Formats: sequence, structure tokens, C-alpha cells
Amino acid sequence: MAAGSGYLYTSYTRALAVLDTTFKKQCLSALATAVILFPLVGSNYQVHLVNLSFIAVIGALSQNLLIGYAGQVSLGFAGLFAAGGFTAALMVKELGFSAFLPVLAAASAVGVLLGVLIGLPALRVKGLYLAISTLALHAVIIYGVSEYQHRLGGSAGIVMPKPSFGPIVINSDREWYYLLGALATLVTLACINLTRSRVGRAWQAIRDRDIVAAACGIPLLRYKSLAFVVSSGLAAMAGAVDAYHAGFVSAEKYSFLLTVQYLAMVVVGGLGSILGSVLGAFVITLLPFIIDFIVHAFPTPERLLISVLQLQRIAFGVVIVCMFLLEPRGLVALWERVKTFFQLWPFKFVVARVR
Amino acid sequence: MDAQLAAQVVVLASFYSLVGTGYVLVYRASRVLNFANGELMMLAAYFFFSLAVLGQRLLPLTVLMALVLAAVLAAVIYLATVRPMTGYPVFSVVLMTVGLAIVLRGIAELVWRAQARYPLEALHLPNRPLTLPAGVTITAVEAAEVGAAIAFIGGILAFLRLAGIGVQMRAAADHPVLASQRGINIHLAFALSWGLAAVAAGIAGLAFAANVRLEPNIAEQGLRALAVPLAGGLTSIPGTVIAALIVAASENLAVRYADPLLAGVVPYFVILAFIVLRPWGLLGEKEELERV
Repeated sequence: MAAGSGYLYTSYTRALAVLDTTFKKQCLSALATAVILFPLVGSNYQVHLVNLSFIAVIGALSQNLLIGYAGQVSLGFAGLFAAGGFTAALMVKELGFSAFLPVLAAASAVGVLLGVLIGLPALRVKGLYLAISTLALHAVIIYGVSEYQHRLGGSAGIVMPKPSFGPIVINSDREWYYLLGALATLVTLACINLTRSRVGRAWQAIRDRDIVAAACGIPLLRYKSLAFVVSSGLAAMAGAVDAYHAGFVSAEKYSFLLTVQYLAMVVVGGLGSILGSVLGAFVITLLPFIIDFIVHAFPTPERLLISVLQLQRIAFGVVIVCMFLLEPRGLVALWERVKTFFQLWPFKFVVARVR
Repeated sequence: MDAQLAAQVVVLASFYSLVGTGYVLVYRASRVLNFANGELMMLAAYFFFSLAVLGQRLLPLTVLMALVLAAVLAAVIYLATVRPMTGYPVFSVVLMTVGLAIVLRGIAELVWRAQARYPLEALHLPNRPLTLPAGVTITAVEAAEVGAAIAFIGGILAFLRLAGIGVQMRAAADHPVLASQRGINIHLAFALSWGLAAVAAGIAGLAFAANVRLEPNIAEQGLRALAVPLAGGLTSIPGTVIAALIVAASENLAVRYADPLLAGVVPYFVILAFIVLRPWGLLGEKEELERV
């Protein structure tokens, strides 16, 4: 892992551990403490923003597993997110479920089934054509849910209840914070371990060269389908969580722009990196609010003040374009550079670069 | 009544084939699916509107100026953003065009606001309905759109076959390395492709804005037209025209005989059918398809 500096592993267990150095352990425990204590310090609004980012982390990870690790380009995220949200809404409205976890499980199950379906074209085509076929499936799912919403009469959407675990009901932003934080942490840990395992290594082999992967004995069909299934299940779960958190489900929300936003998180963060997805999710979710803050903090012409929404949009696009032009490997590559600098300090040059 | 349906199909198909030609020209030049094509189409219409508001009264000149502005914008976009990304994975470049699309849409909303505009009213021109034989009624703008589509697509096919720079563009698209070895300025050829693509999409945008309305959201019409070049085979302009007719016909039939909500989905069903049966499209190049 470490470039240049002399890290010495004395056992295989140490080398395989996620937290392989004491410094990492200390940093992580500091971060964990900060995350746990944050709601006591931050305002309701700030806690709410972090909540949104936690949901984005789950969605971004689902996309990174598929695109960054397995190399299967998909533009169907918003469709799966919608499927999750509407499954939750259906469970609550039509079947009268109110408990949070069964609804989440059902949404993930629907996502898994759709994943099998979306993965089917991947067995025949790849690259651009795969992206387009997933886009087509997105359109079909959105058609389905808007048809359902249309039938309901009230075209505005479906109201969701507060999530409940038996007698415990999640009400305030702070309660949401701990629920979503725990969920996002769980998913992140699961993804870290998944990508280190046999499955994750198979995905990366397929991403790097599918023909060689097949020659090495990796069953392409099984692992490609698995990538779609896992990613779609996660995406649908994120959709259900988001539906509960927003308290409201409506077909208009799940536009192609949503897919773009999540793709941006994955790419701005760094493809094929869990840390990248987490960073990207936070940056892209918070970016509009940061721009809002900047616009209001400085003296701005009246004309610009009334078009904050447009400015947010332009800045969002500019960030994506600049990221591609300047650092296509994402934020995580910037972070690696900073890390390498300090590991090598006071020396400047890397002799042999080990990732 | 059926003649009317056929006329509607032809009108929609000419819109689709113009926007589709925009996608094909860019794809042939840079191997990139340009997600900002719809935005270029929308911006050309806004240039037209602004020129009209600024006092330009001569219709042909206004149209020409709007299209030239759109072409210049597209060429600048190519030189400033796509060219520096040469050598990056195609996926990154495609996503970058999505970013571009967001920027362009945001700028349009910032400058012209989200409200609907009517460029023909700004020019004080009427949009008369024309009655053709067999009791078919189409508007003057629609008739002009069909004529412009035939003229432009015919013109561009002739240009690519006959004109010197057109042949250079085809050479650059087919094999950039060899073409540049032979002294062809491939970046000029590609910038020209982007410019012509913006003109193709721009004609469609002008027609849509003049006939229906003009607002930043009309860029989504461009995204929907993406199905057409895909079905046609991404590298072939004649294939795009045939596919435009197929998609327009199935869309009109679905709206008439099934469900109006289906209009947005039908193009995608056509794509799915093509991906299963003929993934390289109607007249696409078979060997370059990335298949498992």
C-alpha cells in the first residue's frame, strides 16, 4: 500500500487487515467520534444535509460496484432508485406494512429482480450499447411508475409514513442521522469487504480485460449478473430509504438528471474506489448548498440572487467537466498525491510507485 | 385521416432525422455520443429568438446567423473540451458531454429564463396552416422543416462524398492516425463535424421552437431522439433517416391506438428491440460493435 516508506508487516493477518497501521486506526477512531458527536454540535439544517449525503453514499457505492469495479456501464440508476421508492410506497399504501426493515428488504428484493433483468443485455452487448439498453430500461420503469401514479388519480405523489422499528419511531433529523449513518457505514463496510473478496477480484478482472478473465476461469455470465444484482439491490434499497426520508414519492423526481448526479459522484470521487464514492457522494450532494452559501455570503447582483438554482446547475456541470479535464481519476487521486507527499517527506520523488 | 397520420409521421421523422444526423456526425468524428446535442439544438433556437428580438427582420438571414452561431459554439466546445480528452476512455468523454449539457442548459435558463417564448411572434410572422391534397393539413413551419431536412441531409451526403474537405472529414473519421499522416488537419475536420452537427440539430430546434414553443426544456426532445441514430446504426446517415421513419411511425401509432403516455417510451422500445435483434443498427458498421 504505502509507497516509499518502510512499512513492515510481520504477519499475513496484519497485511490483510483493512486498518493495517496504527495511524489509520487512530484517524478512523477520531473520524468515528466526530461523526457520532456531530449532531450535538451541528444545527438541524447541517444534520439534514449530512443525512442527504448518507443516502447518496449508499447510491453512489451501488453505482461504483457496477461501473467502477465490474466495469459495466449503466445509465439505469434513476429507474432502480424509483423502483425502490415505489416498492416502499406500494408496501405501505396497498399492503399496509409500516415496519421499516421488511419494506427495505422488499425494495431490495425488487431491485435484485430488476438487476437480473437489466443484466440480461450485458450478456450480449457491452460498452455504449449496454449503457443505452440500461437507459431504455430506465425509461420503461419510469413509464410504469408514472402510469401507476396516474391511475391513483392524485398525480402529486404518495405520502410516506415515518419509519418505525416496533414501538420506536424515527422522527427528528437527529434520529434520522444515527439511522442513516449506521446504514451507510454498514453498506460501506460490506462494499469494502466485497471488493476485497473473491467476487470483487473477479469483477475487477472482468473490468480490466473480460477475455483474459474468462481464460483465467472466471465465469463471466455469473459474475456480470451478480454485479448487476448486487448493485441494483443496493440502489433500490437506497431508493426506499430516500422515499422514507423525503416522506414522499413522486415519479417526476426520478429523472435522468438523478442518474447523472450519481454517476458524477462516482466519477468525481474516483472510479473503482470506495473512499472515492464516499467523498464524491458528500461533495456532489453538498455542492448546491455550498454554492448557495457562497452566493449569499458575498455581495452579489440582484439578478444572480434570484437565479441561484441556475447557478447551482451551472456550477455542478462545470465541476463535472473540470474534473474530467483536470483529474480524470477523481478526488481520490488528489488524496493519494497528498498522502504520498507526506509519506515521502522530506523526500520529493517516488522511486517505485506502488499504487 | 390516414393521409394525415402519414403526414404527421413524415414531419416527426424529419425532426428526428435532423437531430439524429447531429448525433451521427459527432459520433463519426469523435466516437462520442454527444449528450449535449439536445442543448445545442435548444441554443440554436434561442440564438434565433434573440436575433429576432434584437431587431433582425429578414427571416432567411436570421436563420442563417442563428445556425452559424450554433456551429461556432459547437466547434469551440469541441476544441476546448473534447479535444483535450483525446485518449481518455470513451465513457469519460461521454459523461463529460453530460456535464456540458448541464452547463449549457443552466446558462440558457440564466440568460433567457425558463418561461416559454414564441420566436415567430417576435418576428411578427404567422404560422399558417397549409392544406395539401387528400385533405392533409400541416403548418407552414412543418412544411419548411420537411423541406429543410431533405435539403440539408441530401446536401451533407453530397458534401461528404464530393467536396474535398468532406472526403477529408470521412477519412479523419475512418482512421484518424492515417488521415493525419496524409496531412489532413484532423482537428479541423472534427471541429467542422461538430459545427455541422450543431447546424443539423439547430434546424430541428428552430422548427420546433417556431412551431410549438421555445423553452430550455426542449433539449429533452433531443435526448428522446437519441433512439433514432442508435436504431439506425450510429455511423450511417441514411440508416438514421430510415430509423427516424420507423420510430416516428411507431410513436404516432402508439399514441393513436394505445396510450398517450407511451409517446416517451416507444423510442426506447425500438432501441431494445434493435439491441436484441440487430445491435449494430440498420446500416451500421458491423465489425466495430462491442459484443460479448
